[in-house]
Amino acid sequence: MSSPAPAERGPQPEPPRRTAFPLDALSPLVAVLLALVAGGVLIAAVGQSPFEVYGLLVQQALGTGYGVGQTLFKATPLVFAGLSVALAFRAGLFNVGAEGQMYLGGFAAALVGAYVPLPWPLLLPVALLAAALAGALWGAVPGLLKARFGAHEVINTIMLNFIAFSLVAWAGQSLFVRATVRTSEVRSAAWVSRLDVVLPWLKGSPANLTLLLGVVLALALWLLLFRTRKGYEWRVLGLNPTAAEYAGVRTRVAVVQSFALAGAIAGLGGTSFVLGYKHWFEQDFTAGAGFMGIAVALIGRNHPVGVLVAALFFGALAYGGLVVNRFVPADIVNVLRALIILFAISAHALFTRWAKQRAA
Amino acid sequence: MLDALLLFAAATLRITVPYALAAMGGSFSERGGVVCLALEGIMLNSALAYVLGAWFLHDPWLALLCAVLAGVATAALHALITVTFRADQITSGIGLNLLAAGLTRFVLVTVFHSSSNSPRVAGLPDLAVGPLASLPALGPLFATPLVPLTLALVPLSVWVQHRTPFGLRLRATGEQPAASAALGLSVAGVRVSGVLLCGALTGLAGAWLASEQHSFTDGMTSGRGYIAIAAMIVGKWHPAGSAAACLLFGATEAAQIALQGSGFPSALLQALPYAVTMLALAGFIGHARPPKALGRPYDPEEA
Repeated sequence: MSSPAPAERGPQPEPPRRTAFPLDALSPLVAVLLALVAGGVLIAAVGQSPFEVYGLLVQQALGTGYGVGQTLFKATPLVFAGLSVALAFRAGLFNVGAEGQMYLGGFAAALVGAYVPLPWPLLLPVALLAAALAGALWGAVPGLLKARFGAHEVINTIMLNFIAFSLVAWAGQSLFVRATVRTSEVRSAAWVSRLDVVLPWLKGSPANLTLLLGVVLALALWLLLFRTRKGYEWRVLGLNPTAAEYAGVRTRVAVVQSFALAGAIAGLGGTSFVLGYKHWFEQDFTAGAGFMGIAVALIGRNHPVGVLVAALFFGALAYGGLVVNRFVPADIVNVLRALIILFAISAHALFTRWAKQRAA
Repeated sequence: MLDALLLFAAATLRITVPYALAAMGGSFSERGGVVCLALEGIMLNSALAYVLGAWFLHDPWLALLCAVLAGVATAALHALITVTFRADQITSGIGLNLLAAGLTRFVLVTVFHSSSNSPRVAGLPDLAVGPLASLPALGPLFATPLVPLTLALVPLSVWVQHRTPFGLRLRATGEQPAASAALGLSVAGVRVSGVLLCGALTGLAGAWLASEQHSFTDGMTSGRGYIAIAAMIVGKWHPAGSAAACLLFGATEAAQIALQGSGFPSALLQALPYAVTMLALAGFIGHARPPKALGRPYDPEEA
């Protein structure tokens, strides 16, 4: 379907006098509010007061040092997953595979940390590198399949998640500590220290320095995307692949590179649990954090700083669910998260359509 | 030997039923141009609806109806978000799966005061299938209502998609929505019908799981919706092809269970359906070409 040349369309509509307010910028906020209202109805339906439950959630997740630490800990893998999904989105790729990339990243870090005989200042960076490489490998595969065969990345990344789970389950038969679903303990040379060492106020919470790594990565990613030529090329690829092609961007290379980098970031996200908290790999440790990266990127509007804010929000929600469990099933937060996703995409679609209609 | 083979066939068929129902359902949605990653969530909601129906209405047939209605309702939500609002289809599917995972457990805890499983409920009663029932291993399966129904739904779905005006319109809308619109069809109407049919079929899959197990357990679909999507792709978005791929995946899974503890790395067999799907998508096993307009919202202004 070729659209007619502009000249055939008759007089062009006058541009709107006032720049219309970008309504779409509000969609994350609208989504969160609508989800809270819908969740409130659900809470009221089981005979509790939404205000008390939400109040308790906020107070526990943000009102005490331990709560803030727990929120930061829950937010850490979400920062990495969110950055991974956001980066891929910017390059026009939908990474549904952050879960598997993170899973393998954590597994690789645990194996290196437990079995590679390196001394203190070396083991940790090598373990981190292993996590990034495992994730990068798992991200490069759908990138290659897309670049080489035009295979859509969504199904491939979903399939790769399941393949990662099966591979680890198989490897675990010989690697896991007897009668458990975890690997042996990582040597202390690869441990990442807890945040409460620096900030005693967070006392006892499992928040650790991998969060700082995530924040640094977010800033680096911002620089890459908005201040370098490569980042510019990736964004052009995301906005208009044909234009990118004509502008001389090596699109296939860019697809593989950006996907591998997205995978590496997600892979590093596995180290918060493995090197900073439990000091071993445990089956199902990601617990959906990779999938939540999609929500984080969505609410963070695919911007590294937005991702940080959104990850904190979802981190607070994740911890808050545990503390409201006395009053309503903890799954209320899972319902809220899902509703936020659904409301956010709906609001985005409707707002952009209205904006277009108003402009026309 | 024959006994072992029959047992294997029965195990395969048992595993295949929910896959085939959901995969055929998926083909109705995707043939119309709407990506449906929500199979997992639809199935989960339906399984819970079956158990709630059986528990409160004391009738397995009404429970089956509840399951189908829950499937259609979940699919309706997907249709509202993706067809009416024209929001992203992939994200909607993933969001609905997360919603189902959270909501079913929320209801499980609220209604049955357990975060793991419901009490035991009645399964669907056996049919009188005459001499078929005396077949070793397979006989009891043929008496299970959803097995003959699934077997009948395979040719029926092929017929609907490939031999009826509705099927032609559905497939045309998935390939060239603008052409459908030019013929005076409502693209949205056709697409919504495809998604709702998907919900009904996938609802049957959920009912099968709950009825066979006589209960609901948290996360009981355990990735079956995604296997169904994989099978639909390997089956090239054709109902019979999808069902055949489900049979292949079902046999793999049955083999994996049979080989457990035999020294054979059966855990790796688990990954086979996913690997096969990736190969099919890349064009190594015939080319799995999706409907042309799949995943693209239809905007009449732009057509």
